[in-house]
Amino acid sequence: MNGMADWETDWEPVIGLEIHVQLATRSKIFSGAATAYGAAPNTQACAVDLGLPGVLPVLNEAAVRMAVKFGLAVEARIARRSIFARKNYFYPDLPKGYQISQYELPIVEGGRLEIRLEDGTTKVVGITRAHLEEDAGKSLHEDFHGLSGIDLNRAGTPLLEVVSEPDLRSAKEAVAYMKKLHTLVRYLEICDGNMQEGSFRCDANVSVRRRGQHEFGTRTELKNLNSFRFVERAIRYEIERQIDILEGGGSVVQETRLYDPERDETRPMRSKEEAFDYRYFPDPDLLPLVLEEGFIESVRATLPELPDAKRERFVYEYGLSPYEAEVLTASRELADYFEAAEQASESETKLTAHWVMGDLLGALNKAGLEITQSPVTASMLGGLVRRIGDGTISGKIAKQVFEAMWRGEGDADRIIETKGLRQVTDSAAIEKVVDEVLAAHPQQVEQYRAGKEKLFGFFVGQVMKATQGKANPAQVNEILRRKLG
Amino acid sequence: MSLHRLGVRQLADALARGECSSVELTQALLARIRRLDGDFNSFITVTEEQALDQAAEADRRRAAGEAGPLTGVPIAHKDIFCTDGVRTSCASRMLDNFIAPYDATVVQRFKAAGAVMLGKTNMDEFAMGSSNETSYYGPVRNPWDRERVPGGSSGGSAAAVAARLVPAATGTDTGGSIRQPAALCGLTGVKPTYGRVSRYGMIAFASSLDQGGPLCRSAEDAALILEVMAGFDPRDSTSVDRPVPRYSATLGDSLEGLEIGLPQEYFGDGLEPAVAAAVEQAVRVFERLGARVRQIRLPNTALAVPTYYVVAPAECSSNLSRYDGVRFGYRCRDPEDLMDLYKRTRGEGFGAEVKRRIMVGTYVLSAGYYDAYYLKAQKLRRLISADFQAAFAEVDVILGPTSPTPAFPLGARLEDPIQMYLSDIYTIAANLAGLPALSIPCGFAGHLPVGLQLIGDYFSEGRLLNAAHRYQQETDWHERIPPGCE
Repeated sequence: MNGMADWETDWEPVIGLEIHVQLATRSKIFSGAATAYGAAPNTQACAVDLGLPGVLPVLNEAAVRMAVKFGLAVEARIARRSIFARKNYFYPDLPKGYQISQYELPIVEGGRLEIRLEDGTTKVVGITRAHLEEDAGKSLHEDFHGLSGIDLNRAGTPLLEVVSEPDLRSAKEAVAYMKKLHTLVRYLEICDGNMQEGSFRCDANVSVRRRGQHEFGTRTELKNLNSFRFVERAIRYEIERQIDILEGGGSVVQETRLYDPERDETRPMRSKEEAFDYRYFPDPDLLPLVLEEGFIESVRATLPELPDAKRERFVYEYGLSPYEAEVLTASRELADYFEAAEQASESETKLTAHWVMGDLLGALNKAGLEITQSPVTASMLGGLVRRIGDGTISGKIAKQVFEAMWRGEGDADRIIETKGLRQVTDSAAIEKVVDEVLAAHPQQVEQYRAGKEKLFGFFVGQVMKATQGKANPAQVNEILRRKLG
Repeated sequence: MSLHRLGVRQLADALARGECSSVELTQALLARIRRLDGDFNSFITVTEEQALDQAAEADRRRAAGEAGPLTGVPIAHKDIFCTDGVRTSCASRMLDNFIAPYDATVVQRFKAAGAVMLGKTNMDEFAMGSSNETSYYGPVRNPWDRERVPGGSSGGSAAAVAARLVPAATGTDTGGSIRQPAALCGLTGVKPTYGRVSRYGMIAFASSLDQGGPLCRSAEDAALILEVMAGFDPRDSTSVDRPVPRYSATLGDSLEGLEIGLPQEYFGDGLEPAVAAAVEQAVRVFERLGARVRQIRLPNTALAVPTYYVVAPAECSSNLSRYDGVRFGYRCRDPEDLMDLYKRTRGEGFGAEVKRRIMVGTYVLSAGYYDAYYLKAQKLRRLISADFQAAFAEVDVILGPTSPTPAFPLGARLEDPIQMYLSDIYTIAANLAGLPALSIPCGFAGHLPVGLQLIGDYFSEGRLLNAAHRYQQETDWHERIPPGCE
């Protein structure tokens, strides 16, 4: 397959994503209850979260700061006045019978996010809006013998719902956008990005139209896309499902569909006719949210260097390739690690990048660890790279040292010292070994001199073996060439 | 000594002088409630034991020299204010079993001031009604005529204070629910500026209109009680962070030069002649006190009732969604599935008037009708507010009748919601505009008390209470006691 499906010449998918970003505040958006994940059911729900009679919501300023931070990072307009509205529907895990959200006047409007596609080109995706809202609780349908359990710990957790323009044209673009947003919210430290725990959730609106057609086709909304892989697979399935219907002369029904990862298909949840009438209206318990210029500026002052800016800086400041810069700025923690290691290496920039992207990420990946959990710290890795740079050890010995550091045997210098791994650079000592090797293999020396130049590697290998790999390879080469003349 | 005939100020003074103890006083009033309230049904819950404990504690504090402004003074709370450990029913089957694990801010403030709570008073279910006939616990009877309604929704509070069962009680006013029962029972009732009194722990009917306030026998007592109730509360985002004046300190101020406006629209069709006559008499009194009276216009007055009956049901339809049988309150027996649980819980737990308003509210907020009803009502609300702002550019206080009629017979308007809703025709506009207003007794229509309403600009409670107090210095309507309650 050349990457082009057979429908692509005729049909164009149109995709927009709604991403729920759980904000990393300590307490809930409208109450003082804690937001920590994994507590025993209903232990982190106070009277406000339970929707008891008479209680009232009070907006958490930290959530507002995070929303503004996001808005500034995507170059959006920050609404000086936004309104909280009630979205009314009945469900057992929705304690008040309405969700407090923002409807007509959201806090963030009109942003943009640049994504990088596989072919190296970039594309700007519009962000229609981002609004603050409270999460619902969870319904637990197992273990209750035909009944359902309700856990309201999550009820009232702050969410920022980020709605994109229908600018995405393929499942791959959708994933690239989602990943970029995921990177951004973690850079901003407004979300832990944990998709398994539901901190970053995605719904997708998907439609298709004939190429050249201006109007959008009828869309469906896909729910339950809780990994990058599911997003890609669900959208791809849905695109092909819709094309099949249209090519068969049918029409797409506007509906909400649920993605089933087990069967890799989407299936209807509810149709437009069954759609809830949410009866949105401004929440009379909350005043309009009015933001002063000074507040917005105080948030702007906390903005970190953003992924794009950091990537560009890595190219011009460190001389890294665009690819290296992209990989190393994928998360703020990884970029910080690289910069700390690079400093500890005494500016062995390229070598540091090589080690971080190669051995370190490989080992982390194998062990299933995050960069912040690495047993080899940035200063340890930098210390190792420094010893390669200054010739204390060879790259090959360095791998042994890295493994020892990973096992917790101390920093590079200590390991080199205790294991006696220091590289031999004493020319006289190397020359002695070379002489011994040549003397021990007269036949090969003769063959080499007769023109069998491949044997040069054999001699290098013998010398390295005799020195347990510690001889400086450049010196070994130089001396061998001289002796073999 | 007839302790039950003393008001808040007099009782506070008597307690301070050691003329009686809070325990004696509390015992006397509890005995009176036991003896008389079978007739009125003004209490849903009487908290005898807790009241006596609080009274003993109040006496101890007074002896220790730690007395606050209301230490040892008995009060009652409308059963819409949540009370930690004591049932808060909102007069609904839905909350017949509900015990809040917290006190409303208003309840906390009374506790901090040393007041003794005798119990929780009857009301219209979820404060929806103007006659106190929609209560799950049965109607309240007007102490002035037991075949008549006390008004509503704070009818239990009004009847209890009028019958001298308690010197003061809290109420809530969404469209007149403090002022109208105050008028029908011959009391002084204050609806403060929206945001003046915390709504935290006060069970919501229509959040943008609800406001707590006192029902007392005099403006002087109301000033003392409001000083305790009012104040900023960080737990209520709509409460206003603004110092509370000492209302009782300005009660005696002169009314010389006070500009009073009489809205032409409040003296038109539907106003009973005896009520009009009593109010006109009162106007003469204010003139004698130095006030200047003039006619004014509030041209959008006729829109207030229809506007209110879009806004209030809309908000209530959403506010009452939490009563679903899932977490607390009434739950139907043996639900078959989730939909059955919802339908029967709400069908069985709510009374007819509550259901009517939920349905109206759901309708006006639904897709396709929102603009025509809810949005239009919000626009009218601004017009109504603008009427008042224009009026307050010319006058200090607006004066008119509180209710077009005195107390009507039980059952008379129960089958006719529109007639019932018109009971609040003069009171609703102040809620829509968020303005402070009060009702004071100003005479009788036959044997039934008539109420006069004063409406002021935002946060002018002090001026309104001052005008009411000076009027009460000249008249004795507020001192009249219903027959049999002496």
